[in-house]
Amino acid sequence: MILSGAEIIVETLIEQGAKTVFGYPGGQVINLYDALYEYSDRIEHILTAHEQGAAHAADGYARASGEVGVVIATSGPGATNLVTGLATAYLDSVPLVAITGNVPNSLIGRDSFQEVDITGVTLPITKHNFLVKSVDKLADTIREAFAIAKSGRPGPVLVDVPKDVQIAKFEYTACPVVEKKAQKLAKDEKITRAAEMIAAAEKPYIYFGGGAVTANVSEELCTLADKIDAPIGCTMMGLSAVPVSHPRYLGMEGMHGHYASSVAQDEADLIITVGARFSDRATGNVAKYARKAKIIHIDADGAELNKNVSVALGMECNIKDALQRLLAVVPEKHHPDWNARIAELKALESEQFERVTAKDRITPYALIQEVAKYAQADTPIVTDVGQHQMWVAQYYPFQNSRTFISSGGLGTMGFGLGAAIGSAKATGKKTILFTGDGSFGMNLNELATVTAENIPVVIVIMNNQVLGMVRQWQTLFFEKHYSNTDLHTRKTDFVKLADAFGMKGYRVTDLLEMPSVIEQAFAENAPVLIDVAIHQDEFVLPMLPPGGCIEDIITERSGE
Amino acid sequence: MERFVIAILVENQPGILTRVASMFNRRGFNIDTLTVSETENHEYSRITISLTGDDGICHQIIKQLKKLYNVKEVKVMEREKSVYRELALIKLQNKPETRQEILSAVDIFRSKIVDFSPNTLCVEITGETSKIEAFIALVAPLGILEMCRTGVVALERGCSYLNSEIAFGNK
Repeated sequence: MILSGAEIIVETLIEQGAKTVFGYPGGQVINLYDALYEYSDRIEHILTAHEQGAAHAADGYARASGEVGVVIATSGPGATNLVTGLATAYLDSVPLVAITGNVPNSLIGRDSFQEVDITGVTLPITKHNFLVKSVDKLADTIREAFAIAKSGRPGPVLVDVPKDVQIAKFEYTACPVVEKKAQKLAKDEKITRAAEMIAAAEKPYIYFGGGAVTANVSEELCTLADKIDAPIGCTMMGLSAVPVSHPRYLGMEGMHGHYASSVAQDEADLIITVGARFSDRATGNVAKYARKAKIIHIDADGAELNKNVSVALGMECNIKDALQRLLAVVPEKHHPDWNARIAELKALESEQFERVTAKDRITPYALIQEVAKYAQADTPIVTDVGQHQMWVAQYYPFQNSRTFISSGGLGTMGFGLGAAIGSAKATGKKTILFTGDGSFGMNLNELATVTAENIPVVIVIMNNQVLGMVRQWQTLFFEKHYSNTDLHTRKTDFVKLADAFGMKGYRVTDLLEMPSVIEQAFAENAPVLIDVAIHQDEFVLPMLPPGGCIEDIITERSGE
Repeated sequence: MERFVIAILVENQPGILTRVASMFNRRGFNIDTLTVSETENHEYSRITISLTGDDGICHQIIKQLKKLYNVKEVKVMEREKSVYRELALIKLQNKPETRQEILSAVDIFRSKIVDFSPNTLCVEITGETSKIEAFIALVAPLGILEMCRTGVVALERGCSYLNSEIAFGNK
């Protein structure tokens, strides 16, 4: 059938499986929004307060569901407002398709009103981008964008569509959903080599990252751990792929990782790495990282092999297939001494935790445990960025894969609220957002979206009236020069703010009243905000100082 | 540190040079020289990049290049299996007292004079980078007014091709 470019965009989005898209209208997408109006019974559009919120929402949608998220913005400022959202998705390998309008072809390059070279701007923060100059290429370009976004190591793809292309008419023929491009399979000799290395190891450590979530290998990882008698640790991006309750699971390692997990990784003689990229936050000083271990690295992206650390065996392949074949040939192993050492490390970790965790005030730990009582295994747990994010990463009892939604690589403060909206839309579940007063202040305008769309989100603000993570560094490394991290001069009343946006707000300042307030908040059948007072000098511990190694680990605050 | 010459076959589309150059910039890899032109097939362009680095950097660059959507093939043009060429145009002062010296240098290096005016002359020289650099070193004291170099282009010798479709006889 003959359709306008705008209609072709919407038809193709529907054809490729998009059910909910996020965005904001404007002059150069007015035709596209007219098509969305026309197709509103087949595709849902969520209007956000700001394009950045829409990008984070599409990102949260993709992370929670594993599907490609879609965001729409107009040219110029609409498009540039997507930049932080695209970079966030790029660093965390999230499949996203962004559609932007642009000025008509005839006006491109003339510094026209709201014209910006968005393919140029987003070149280093997208997996690929397209400027569609004629309507005959439009549908296939969008299909290709979906294919690129979800294939191999996923990522965001931007498609820029000038207004005249949206207006022009062309034949549209529906196509099936594009398949992911086939990934290489690991060579037999590499699988054999990996099995030999595992057979020879005395202290193996399984280490997974976000690639394990993408590859959906939770089961394979646990089976492998059981078969070769190894502990399991992960990066922040890997969180939720293995249940926290799993007896072999040690938790996140790295800068704010669990003590036992980081030390076990340092003491291991073999690290079996699955879908992780050895970021500086995970390794600390790479020269002193895992000095005793040989490293096997299984990843979807060959460019990650030997990028940050040298590995003994690198495998660029389909991760799931490689793990399944490895499982079939790897010998069963028992490492009683190694397990005894792991148990010792876990005991040490518990002791440290008991020592540093206050019992007489609302601690992040107590708050997270209390909130977790009201969550199910499949409840999306979204965070912003900062101390609260690390506390959630450390303490939240994740059960199902894809339930931890957080900005890892880019560390985007202001990510949370948009991402929570997307996660809630993707899953249809009541979603919990843990945020801080600093992060929440960045994009709290999306409360308008939450109430307009009646998004079932419980917002828990860990309010310490400081930019806690930076303050922690200032305390430790900058002689307590609290430069611009004290927010006490702000007069924001988050409960009144919630009220102003049309939702219920609660405040908790006292440990004893915390359980009842949280109970009340979760009883609401509507979006709700809980402002929880946290001590300003609560630390995230343990901490590997930036560029440090395991010997430098800080496990408690020195006397002050 | 070693010198590498990498040949890249890319789709002949607007913006592709930016994508390749941007990758080098973003990852902190330095380009010594870069040339680009259409190939025997107008759908593809060939980019030749020379750079200095170690093996690890070279491998990382190749893997990052292969991830770019419009990049079709990437291959290191190995020194002993390839022909490297570079062209330079060098404008020199044309003075009676140095003219003979320049003409002998031009002759010895098998280069040629392509422009001659009362005050200037222009030399065109082709060859491997080392030859061009030797020539420049020789004539520099005689007064180089301006010069322009193409950077390295390279093709493998014999039946090796960058485009694997040709290599496997599919074309």
